[in-house]
Parts: sequence; C-alpha cells; structure tokens
Amino acid sequence: MTAKIASLPMILTASVVFAGGTVWTFVYSFTDSGLLPRLRFVGLDQYERLWSTRRWLVSIENLFIYGVCMLVFSLVIGFVLAALLDQKIRFENTFRTIFLYPFALSFIVTGLVWQWLLNPDFGIQGVVQGLGWTSFDFDPLYDPDIVIYGILIAALWQSTGLVMCLMLAGLRGIDEDIWKAARVDGIPMWRTYVFIVIPMLRPVLVTALVIIASGIVKVYDLVVAQTSGGPGIASEVPAKYVYDMMFSSQNLGQGFAASTMMLLSVLIVLIPWAYLEFGKKKHG
Amino acid sequence: MDNTVSADLRDLDTSGPSGPRPRRTFSRRNIFLYGTLLVIALYYLLPLYVMVVTSLKGMPEIRLGNIFAPPVDVTFAPWVKAWSQACTGLNCDGLSRGFWNSVRITVPSVVLSIAIASVNGYALANWRFKGAETFFTILIFGAFIPYQVMLYPIVILLREMGLYGSLWGLVIVHCIFGMPILTLLFRNYFTSLPEELFKAGRVDGAGFWGIYLRIMVPMSLPIFVVALIIQVTGIWNDFLFGVVYTRPDTYPMTVQLNNIVNSVQGVKEYNVNMAATLLTGLVPLAIYFASGRFFVRGIAAGAVKG
Repeated sequence: MTAKIASLPMILTASVVFAGGTVWTFVYSFTDSGLLPRLRFVGLDQYERLWSTRRWLVSIENLFIYGVCMLVFSLVIGFVLAALLDQKIRFENTFRTIFLYPFALSFIVTGLVWQWLLNPDFGIQGVVQGLGWTSFDFDPLYDPDIVIYGILIAALWQSTGLVMCLMLAGLRGIDEDIWKAARVDGIPMWRTYVFIVIPMLRPVLVTALVIIASGIVKVYDLVVAQTSGGPGIASEVPAKYVYDMMFSSQNLGQGFAASTMMLLSVLIVLIPWAYLEFGKKKHG
Repeated sequence: MDNTVSADLRDLDTSGPSGPRPRRTFSRRNIFLYGTLLVIALYYLLPLYVMVVTSLKGMPEIRLGNIFAPPVDVTFAPWVKAWSQACTGLNCDGLSRGFWNSVRITVPSVVLSIAIASVNGYALANWRFKGAETFFTILIFGAFIPYQVMLYPIVILLREMGLYGSLWGLVIVHCIFGMPILTLLFRNYFTSLPEELFKAGRVDGAGFWGIYLRIMVPMSLPIFVVALIIQVTGIWNDFLFGVVYTRPDTYPMTVQLNNIVNSVQGVKEYNVNMAATLLTGLVPLAIYFASGRFFVRGIAAGAVKG
C-alpha cells in the first residue's frame, strides 16, 4: 500500500500527463481552437490547412534532409572514431574526452558558436578570403539552398561523440579471439570490420539509431539559436512550427495538428523497433 | 577502460621476454593513426578555442583580424559586460539574472526528480503492485513522445495549479520529463542488487521507507551520482521548457543567452556574445571535465533506455 502511495507521482505522470496529454492534443487537433482551446470540431480542416502551408512543407523537407544526413553521418563518423580509438592507442582517454565534450554543451551554445564560425564576414569564409582566395564561398547560414547543412555541421559536432561512446562500448564487448581468428585467416582489417564486427554490433547500432532518431524529431533549440528559421523560412523545422503556432500565432489548432503529425512520425520509427524488441523477448 | 590502462602498464614493465614483441613507435600505421586522431581532435576543439579567443578581444580587433588569431590585447571587459550589463529587451543587468534563475531552477529540479525517480525505481524493483508494469511501460513510451504533443496540456495543468510562469512550475515540468529515464535507471540498478538484502530488511521489521533509506540509498551512491550528472547537465541545458513555462523575469540562462545574442537591435558585439555563450556553457563543461568516467556511465545508462 505504501508502495502505491509512494509511486503516485509516477502513476500521475504516466496516466495524466503522458497518456492523457497525448490523447487531449490528438482530440483537440480536430477542433478550430485559436487563442484558447475549445471543443468545436471541424473534422480534418487543420490537417488540410497544415499540408497546404508552405512553411510546414519546407519544415518537413528540412527535417527529412537533416534526418537522413544526421543518421548516416553520425553513424559513420561515430563508428570511425570508435574504431580509431579501439586500436590500443596511447592517450585514449584524452582523445575520448575531446570528442565527447561538445555533447555536454546545450544546443543553444552549439548553435551560437557555429553561427559565429560561419559568419560570412569574420568566420571561416572571411578568414579564407583574407588569405588571398577571394572567390572562396562558404556561407551556409545565409544561403537558403544549403542552410540546413550549416545546421547539420553544428549538430554533428555536438552529437557524434555520443555515438562514438556507444560504438566504443560495443567494440569493447567483442571477443579478442575473433580478431585473432581473422588475423590467422589473413583477412584484411577493413574486411573484418565490415563483414564480421559490424554485424556483431547490431544491438548497439539499433540503440544508437533509436537515440539519434528520437533526437532528430526534437531538433528545435539548435535552429532557434543558429538561424531562427531563416533566411526567410529556409531552415524551419516541425518542432519550431508547433511552438510558433501555439505560443506566438495564437493558432492552437494548427499547433495540435502539427504536433500530432510529429507523434505519428515517431510512431512509424518506434513501432517496428518495439516489435523487434518484443519479438526477441518472446524467442529468448 | 581500466583493463587497457593496466595492460599498457604491464607492457612497459619489460623485465623479461614476455608478451608480444613491442612494435616500433614510428611505424607508418601509427603516424597515420595518430595524425588522423590529432586532426579530428583539433576540429573538435576549434569552436571552444574560437569562443575563448573571441571573448578576450576588443571589437576593433575582431573587425580587423582573423577569428583564429590569438588576442593581441587581452581584455576581460566583454566578460564583465556579458555578466552584468548585456541587454535583453528592457533589462540591462546581463546574464547574471539568468544564471541565478537557472540555479534556482536546477537545484530543486534535480533534488526532487532524483528523489521521486529513485522511490519509483525502488517500488518497481521490490514492491511490485498491481498495474505497476503498465504504468512503467507508459512512462517509458512517454520518453519517446515528442514533447510538443504534451506542451499545451501541461500549460493547462500548471495554470489550474496557479504555477504557470513560475519557477516551481518549471521544476515540476523537469521532474515529469526526467522521470522516464531516471526511473528506468534506478529500477535496473535496484533489481541488480541481491534480493536477500531486501528480505533481511523485511525480517528485521523494516518497512517500505526504512529499507529504502537505510539499505537501498546507502548502497547505491554511484547510481545517484550518475543520475545527478544526467539531470544537472540536462536541466541546465534545457531551452524549450524554459521558454514555454517561464516569464521573461524568470527565464533560465539558455533562454536569456539566446535573447542577448540574437537580439536584432543595436550593434552586434561578438566578443560579448561569445563571453556570454562561454559563461552559459561553463557549468556543464565543468561537470563534464570533473566527472569524467561517471559522465560516460551516465551516457551508457541513458543509452539503454527502452
């Protein structure tokens, strides 16, 4: 009985906030709530409006580009870094500390630093031009076509250390004998990695994938700090659309519809993963 | 990690012909390996270096010079200005207000969220009650739901409680969103402790709280440290909840920093901006460098969520 009372915060959080809040937002996404939520149902109107708003479409496109690049690059870079650190090198702890420190910083700090580094007049572009290469053009934050890659650079700097750490833990879990056997058989190192080690790292890869993916959908602070969605609407993301609709445009219905779409995209990733996990438990 | 270090030390002790033959230090492989690692390390350190260097220069030097060049005239004026004079809107009392707000938010949030989550984990591990697993599953699923879905319902809840816009409202929000990962962390840890301890406590007549306070907590200090690190850095770095659930006079440091740097009025003072950015990053960086191995453990713990 005491246990139940002591767990009251958990019970309330799970049922009222997580389950209740999600259902609440879902229901109200079918209403025409404006400044305040109200229960006047308008069917799928909000969703139709959402999918015909250019800003939302740009947000989705950006999230897609950012998401794919983020997954691929952070897995590849994280793995390469982990493999380099796993060569029994000296100063391993120092290198690991350096690669991981950006992860301790907030996205706001990350975004502001990279805003400064990518500043066209004083940043990397300015420095290279100052060295004499005057036609050098590297200005991602002010070019609508590539601004999302400018954000990607900052995001990768901040979070590859985490992926590296996960992968390194995975590599350390691999039996030394496998390496010895591969060496005895004369298999080159890169082939051992690609065909033997990476398949063995599957659980770690899945974990890393889930962590990266759930971070991608949440991306918000980084964009706010680095570009505020600009130039124009070129670097908008869904999370920012939701915030702006709910708290500055007094258009709650749109915010609810957009956040429900975000939830949907997470479920598309989450359900197959949960299915795999549960499948494993049943067999084991 | 311990193993490799001690293995290295053993290799150094070459009293007899044991172990593999030592490799030449300057083999091609090693030059390539360390060269690559050094270049990557420089790339990772570059932003921190530029932040420090820029924050120590005067504005004329920034306009004329190169962002990578070390400062010619070292000045601490930008730091002073960022801390006590930089403007956000009408307020011109610098980041110090945001810093103290962040302290007032972080301390109670960390203490409360860890207390709640550790009791949850303990109840889940040792006092399984009916329905406990269901709530726990919802909680873990909740960790993956985008925060945006729950932002507005929480606004309503806080408004009903009269806490919307106050620091305590934000503390509650941090407790809620820290709960899934921390509860999982504590549940897994308490489950791994031998059950005999718990049974012995029961036999000696200790109840729910007695066992928790006298047996479980003293035995789990490492996991409390891990939780502490996760929470302090996470809450200090939060931006979204700060901007949604507080008012301008209670804004945490991250929100205030963003407002200072990205304000559209006035001349941009890059040195003050970088000093402010560094000041905000200083707390999590200090924790990171001081905690070392525990930070990595926290990440590994966070990694197994779900």
